Amino acid sequence: MKKSTNALLNAPYAVWSAIFVVVPLFIVVVYAFTDAEGHFSFDSILALKDYGHNFLISLLYSLVATVITLIIAYPFAYALSKTNEKTQRIQMMLVMLPMWMNLLIRTYSWMNILDRNGIINQLLMTLGLKPATFLGTPGAVIFGMVYNYLPYMILPIYTVMAKMDNSLVEAARDLGCNGFNVWRRLILPLSMPGVISGITMVFVPSVSTFYISQKLGNGKIMLIGDTIERQMQTLNNYNLGAALSLVLMVLILVSMFIMNRFADNSGEGGLVA
Amino acid sequence: MDERNSSNVVELRNVTVKFDDDIILDNLSLAIKDKEFVTLLGPSGCGKTTTLRLIAGFLEPNSGEIIFDGVDVKNVPAHKRNVNTIFQRYALFPNYNVHDNIAFGLKVAKVPKDEIERRVAEMIELVNLKGFEKRPVQKLSGGQQQRVAIARAAINNPKVLLLDEPLAALDAKLRKDMQNELKAMQRRLGITFVFVTHDQEEALSMSDTVVVMDGGKIQQIGSPVDIYNEPKNAFVADFIGESNIIDGVMIKDRLVKFHNRKLECVDEGFEPFEPVDVVIRPEDVDIVHPDNALICGTVTSVTFKGVHYEIIIDVDGFKWMVQTTDESFVGDRVGLYIEPDAIHIMKKSEYSGTMGDYSYFSDEMEEISNPDAAIDAEDEDEKID
Repeated sequence: MKKSTNALLNAPYAVWSAIFVVVPLFIVVVYAFTDAEGHFSFDSILALKDYGHNFLISLLYSLVATVITLIIAYPFAYALSKTNEKTQRIQMMLVMLPMWMNLLIRTYSWMNILDRNGIINQLLMTLGLKPATFLGTPGAVIFGMVYNYLPYMILPIYTVMAKMDNSLVEAARDLGCNGFNVWRRLILPLSMPGVISGITMVFVPSVSTFYISQKLGNGKIMLIGDTIERQMQTLNNYNLGAALSLVLMVLILVSMFIMNRFADNSGEGGLVA
Repeated sequence: MDERNSSNVVELRNVTVKFDDDIILDNLSLAIKDKEFVTLLGPSGCGKTTTLRLIAGFLEPNSGEIIFDGVDVKNVPAHKRNVNTIFQRYALFPNYNVHDNIAFGLKVAKVPKDEIERRVAEMIELVNLKGFEKRPVQKLSGGQQQRVAIARAAINNPKVLLLDEPLAALDAKLRKDMQNELKAMQRRLGITFVFVTHDQEEALSMSDTVVVMDGGKIQQIGSPVDIYNEPKNAFVADFIGESNIIDGVMIKDRLVKFHNRKLECVDEGFEPFEPVDVVIRPEDVDIVHPDNALICGTVTSVTFKGVHYEIIIDVDGFKWMVQTTDESFVGDRVGLYIEPDAIHIMKKSEYSGTMGDYSYFSDEMEEISNPDAAIDAEDEDEKID
């Protein structure tokens, strides 16, 4: 009886994922292995070799952005989990606040701020300094990724940290751990599930983004997302677009698989299994 | 205590702890001897756990000294103190298995690997967990987790083992077994145990010394027998076991007056006509024929407890509790006989008059039927708690 109840509860999601996940994926695969006339063809797959560079810089940019995000988020989440409840609530609100605004609007705002005549350059000039070029540089794109996806790193790490029983920390101190050892032997391993979730939630959207690179990169930096968008929107080459998407998907799946191998050893508590 | 054991391993001197304006420990001094099983006993909020945390080093006193083996440990952090703690909910590390939990302290101390293996194997043997080495700790029962917690603490050869209500989470039968096991383990390890509990039976059956605490102060320190037979004030008498505590006056040495009758007792050293609290344990009262007794009353309730009957007797409005194997019936007129050495006299204290009357027992029916009475009775209960 329990089984049938579960099946019933699962039904809406099963239907949803069939229509909106399985079928579209199937269509992507079909497009990737056909030509414009709909005949079976390896043309698009073979054409992929010209885009290796885009895959590479996408991986590189999103890796750098993920590492920077982690470096900022981890100590913040840890420190936050040690403060009193009221501070935690307010701080988490502030972390989430930018997410109430649309990604496009946030990115447009940064375009304005980082523009040649933007606030920062005006400030530099009033200080008598030469204006700097931000837009179109790799730094601006990575900054955009870090800025937009930072909450997704903070949230899961903070969740595992806040859940951690303080008596565990006391037990570790009691058994001879100084501050660093408490972190290395207890807090780090216990926070790994949160870290893994955070990395996944920042890396995946970073590696496939096209909007951030387009706007903050001034169109000079072609990530794989931009390439796919260009094939689909501008060049109307759905077959090559689908092939590129397919490879990106495989890439993400492989990354997640590697990440979860790490997660296996560190118990439960993360947001992504 | 003999000469060999007389050295103090831990000493608290005039320790005060405040949280904001609440005084948690009030100028408390306590000396714990080497190889002793000491129990800190008291109701919740009495400061017993705070005392334990002070010794562990998780908390600094606002004033006063904490001394280990004659050395002030004020600036010694928890991880450098030669004590280990068994936490209330065990606080086992969920990211390590049984073996690695137990080995934790030695690994941190960078003990050579083969020595770690040898000592962990010994410990696992000692706490009866052979075959469980590779189990994740979450997959263990409460009793097994308890053993891991003991092994993890004891393996570091601490001078003092601190136990914070370690048996509270276990069911009654397992708790009894673990009491015996802990006591045996303390003897085997030959180290000092400081045990915190609110369970008076646990305290009496395990300890060499019981420290009864309330309101951030020590009410009495003594052996379990002393604490039970010679309670210092109404709080101790009431908290440890059952007590009838009656208002009385010491006429002269060995003669006390209560319920308007003069009775012989064995206490001396009070002022003539000094008001006192008289403690009589329920099991020390004999029920006799009213013609042969100085104190008489009416039975208001009888409860069968297995080993004995618990009888409430109304004497001039004061309700006595008597434990006896003789059956009585509600409404019987009975006499109470008390041997002189069963009468214990205490000085008046802040607790006088607040506890030791069993009125609330027989008022229970009224409580159910009368809402006002119920409120009154609850107030009464609070005072007694």
